Amino acid sequence: MHTSEFRPLDVERIRKDFPIFATEPPLAFLDNAASTQTARPVVDAMDAYYDTYRSNIHRGIYRISEQATEEYERAREKVARLINAPRTRQIIFTRNTTESINLVAYSWGNQNIQEGDEIVLTVMEHHSNLVPWQLLAQRTGAVLRFLEITDEGLLDFTQLQDVLTEKTKLVAIGHVSNVLGTINPIQSVTAAAHAVGAKVVVDAAQSVPHFHVDVQQLDCDFLAFSGHKMCGPTGIGVLYGKLELLEEMPPFLGGGSMIRAVERDVSSYADLPAKFEAGTPSIAEAIGLGHAVDYITQANLAAIQVHEQELLKYAHHRLKEIEGITLYGPSVPHQKAGVISFNIEGIHPHDVAGILDTHGVAIRAGHHCAQPLMKRLDVIATVRASFYLYNTVEDVDRLYEGLCRAQKLMTRRK
Amino acid sequence: MNIYQEELLDHYENPSNYGTLPNPDISHVEDNPLCGDQIRMDLLIEDDKIKEVRFCGHGCTISLAAASMLTEKIEGKSLDEVKQITKDDMLEMVGIPLGPVRIKCALLALKVLKAGAYGINCWPGEEE
Ligand SMILES: Cc1ncc(COP(=O)(O)O)c(C=O)c1O
Repeated sequence: MHTSEFRPLDVERIRKDFPIFATEPPLAFLDNAASTQTARPVVDAMDAYYDTYRSNIHRGIYRISEQATEEYERAREKVARLINAPRTRQIIFTRNTTESINLVAYSWGNQNIQEGDEIVLTVMEHHSNLVPWQLLAQRTGAVLRFLEITDEGLLDFTQLQDVLTEKTKLVAIGHVSNVLGTINPIQSVTAAAHAVGAKVVVDAAQSVPHFHVDVQQLDCDFLAFSGHKMCGPTGIGVLYGKLELLEEMPPFLGGGSMIRAVERDVSSYADLPAKFEAGTPSIAEAIGLGHAVDYITQANLAAIQVHEQELLKYAHHRLKEIEGITLYGPSVPHQKAGVISFNIEGIHPHDVAGILDTHGVAIRAGHHCAQPLMKRLDVIATVRASFYLYNTVEDVDRLYEGLCRAQKLMTRRK
Repeated sequence: MNIYQEELLDHYENPSNYGTLPNPDISHVEDNPLCGDQIRMDLLIEDDKIKEVRFCGHGCTISLAAASMLTEKIEGKSLDEVKQITKDDMLEMVGIPLGPVRIKCALLALKVLKAGAYGINCWPGEEE
């Protein structure tokens, strides 16, 4: 399925699938780590559902309901193939990464975590891979422990042996930091965690959209990501889990679709994946996600990765010219994804964002839902540019020019 | 590109009443959880009037310039008068169009003032 044959991206053609870039000059959209643009074929597929076979899934005994069910389940197959899940039923549709992680924290966590158990996280986690574990720790009396980062922004591996003990029941780690771009060595982490009998949850929100992720190779126990960061719609996310774990876990939400038989006082539950998909799901969005998977695999994930690496290198090179700039995160390209965080001395990140906006450049300024990391970096906020398959060298140039402009404006008399 | 007018930048670069007071009657700090901006305001009250005011903190141009403008506006005024200052007054002072996120930057100083002086603990314009 994942062909190794390499074709570079045809960015010009890709951009035609995103009407938002049709203006002149085009919007320089560099906030892809927050949410990407939605590809036209994805929107078309959702329109087709709404226009021609709009109906609920699984229960209808009429043609368009069967068609909706087929398309919904086809999307699940596409997602399973994308991340190389052994079985399609290991793919659970949720609303987003956050919900996927919460599902694990409640369902698996409540059943398996006890007082005194340890949950290991890293200081670079997004709040969505931190707060659910804080809540679990509060419910159960478990203890959170943190892996630190080096000054380069890489995971401090020397600590791993000390932090992972027989008390460790779970390691929850981001694949790619949404602030630093750091790519964490998940395979080594899962090997070390499994050696002490701990399970591993991977927050793949920033990895699955950008390079080929293989859950069997990573050997992770759970993996979560969001459709809206990979050219898909909002309102659809994915949880992958190992079969034996998902089968043992109790339901998360109760209601329709997740049951086998319901009596007055008790119910028995449906098989996977329905057990974890209570209520009417995001049907159009799941179908859209399936088409987003098609879109990025047809563009070719390896080519997307190379393209982003080139933009990253170019951006590093240009931004380094700016006086008073501090770049955060690894400088080694192959340990970093297409995310670049920085600050310019004497200019608040919000001012940078505000000025860039008037320059047609959309970037993000703030804590990026990673406040513990901001503390570790000893900053209140950063400016962040993040790339995707449709970004161009011109976008980076516009960013650079906007930054020069901001600097001129804000340091006039200093 | 006029997002930052001269007046605003002047206030940012040379803020009025920047600093703290040694024995303030009221001293209050608030932050904007959206962006981490933080402003502290110290007030010296005499005969129900604001005799002296200082502010300090960290933030973007808009939040600091707005704080500077607000301190100029309230110095010497009675607490009753100051209580009447509204969200719209602040936005008018700042004088540039702001999106929903950055409106909070413009209103942070007023929020600090109202929470410190009158115990009103919500964003200006969001009072019940
Ligand atoms: C690393 C990381 N984890 C989790 C999330 C949360 O994703 P969502 O808001 O789609 O649940 C994000 C996105 O903001 C992210 O960058």
